[in-house]
Amino acid sequence: MSTARLMQGNEAVAEGALMAGVRFFGGYPITPSTEIAEGMAKMLPAVGGTFIQMEDEIASMGVVLGASLAGRKVLTASSGPGISLKQELIGYAAAAEIPVVIVNVQRVGPSTGQPTAPSQSDVMQARWGTHGDHPIIALSPWSVREAFELAVRSVNLSEQYRTPVILLMDEIVGHLREKVELPDEVEVYPRRQPKKSRAEGYEPYTPDEDLVPNIANFGEGYHIHVTGLIHDETGFPVGSPKVTEDAIRRLHQKIERAVDDIVAVEEIFMDDAEYAVVSFGGTARTVYEAIYEARERGIKVGMLRLITIWPFADKAIYELASRVKGILVVELNYGQVVNEVRRSACGRCPVELCAKYNMQIFEPEEIEDAIDRMIEKVERSGGFRAEGRSVNVEVISHD
Amino acid sequence: MRTQMRLSGSGGQGVITAAIILAEAAVSEGKQAVQSQSYGPEARGGASKSEVIIDDGKIFHPHVKHPNCVLAMTQKAADKYFEDMDPNGVLVLDSDLVPSVPDVKNVVQIPITKLAVEKVGKALFANIVALGALVKLTKIVQLDTIKRSVAKRVPPSTVEKNMYALQLGYDAVA
Repeated sequence: MSTARLMQGNEAVAEGALMAGVRFFGGYPITPSTEIAEGMAKMLPAVGGTFIQMEDEIASMGVVLGASLAGRKVLTASSGPGISLKQELIGYAAAAEIPVVIVNVQRVGPSTGQPTAPSQSDVMQARWGTHGDHPIIALSPWSVREAFELAVRSVNLSEQYRTPVILLMDEIVGHLREKVELPDEVEVYPRRQPKKSRAEGYEPYTPDEDLVPNIANFGEGYHIHVTGLIHDETGFPVGSPKVTEDAIRRLHQKIERAVDDIVAVEEIFMDDAEYAVVSFGGTARTVYEAIYEARERGIKVGMLRLITIWPFADKAIYELASRVKGILVVELNYGQVVNEVRRSACGRCPVELCAKYNMQIFEPEEIEDAIDRMIEKVERSGGFRAEGRSVNVEVISHD
Repeated sequence: MRTQMRLSGSGGQGVITAAIILAEAAVSEGKQAVQSQSYGPEARGGASKSEVIIDDGKIFHPHVKHPNCVLAMTQKAADKYFEDMDPNGVLVLDSDLVPSVPDVKNVVQIPITKLAVEKVGKALFANIVALGALVKLTKIVQLDTIKRSVAKRVPPSTVEKNMYALQLGYDAVA
């Protein structure tokens, strides 16, 4: 362990990415993500890496994909407006199976929105921002230490599954400084290597046992063709229904079969909990205090904190909904994760929403109040609802 | 014990930097510290605020509630940020920039920016003058600790002037 120091969430992302082996950063500055680029610009040259500021976010996404295909571990970082611009090439990375980590330090949107204000409103953009059937991985940290850890994990997952990974930060954690002790080394997933030579009939997109292909890096003696068109094992486009179906199915299955490895949640104060709050990212810090205070008043409430946002924690939420009387989803947006929780809860318990979208983070009292109102509503309605449909009485906090 | 501080002013006055230095000093004394900030999209002149929570135990919610100490470097900041103060908290004002003093039990008025300009040579040092005063008032960290933290943060060629600025602020509090 290194000595304790004060560090910002964005700085921790840069430190984590570097320790996970990232040696190429391409980006274009935008608040509140810029400190990630600054950190990489400072640190990369010292380890023989490359930092490049491109002319815009689209080119930034293109340049990191090129570097990844040439064998570098790569990172780019932006915020909502920039992430919108990157979407076409995020889809390209999903289709061509190029490892890449995209950090989104969320701010208030839509469009340029409120540049310096916190938000968690890009949850669905992370999932469906780019078009077409595709899987995605997205992770969301609640502390500076976890920003470091999830930066490492994002790089490792992108390499293991050859997929784009979104590190879904929020301004709360991105700009927060707190005391951290970082490890001296971390576990690193190496770039996958071809298992056959050209003479042995190597095909870049032939999947391994885990359904992930071992695509050779450019410049290492193999002939590689990369395209966003649907392709077969050779990497060249094919216009057949069977190849199309197989390609789309395998893209999904390589993630679906590994979902237990990828999905992480943390349960806090859940041992004896009769009610649960589901939250994530910086907002979960305030939920923690609200739950602590509610418990002081004798209310048995706990929290399930989503660490992996995508793929969604379907199983964990279903199990949670089967053992509590009600769930309150607390998110700093108009209501996005709540619909995923309702879907996963399958009507096993009512699911209510506590939403906020006025530039301000939650205060613990607002969440405590929402917990009280959720419990009151559940008790009034007699608990479990056979129809499983919870009328959305939003517990929105206004100024 | 938890100490909550709010440093406010306008963009360019260095209140965020001062808050970072304060949090760093607390961490170097083995305490937990969380520093957050909010500011407008402007590089200079917009409202700027930074909050520091220092505690022996873990800190989750990053915003202060009923701060023990508020620094206001503009009238606008003073008017906006004193209301939720702890009744026994102290409001520290730049006496030249905040002519209208809010109705608070404990107010300390220091010519922060004037000291920086006239004694150190530039308004740029106002945040460090303020930091000296805050440390003397709250005793949240040792004077030696804050000196080391300031020296670590500022450009090497300005360390001497910053040490002087820090001491000026420290001595400005009775």
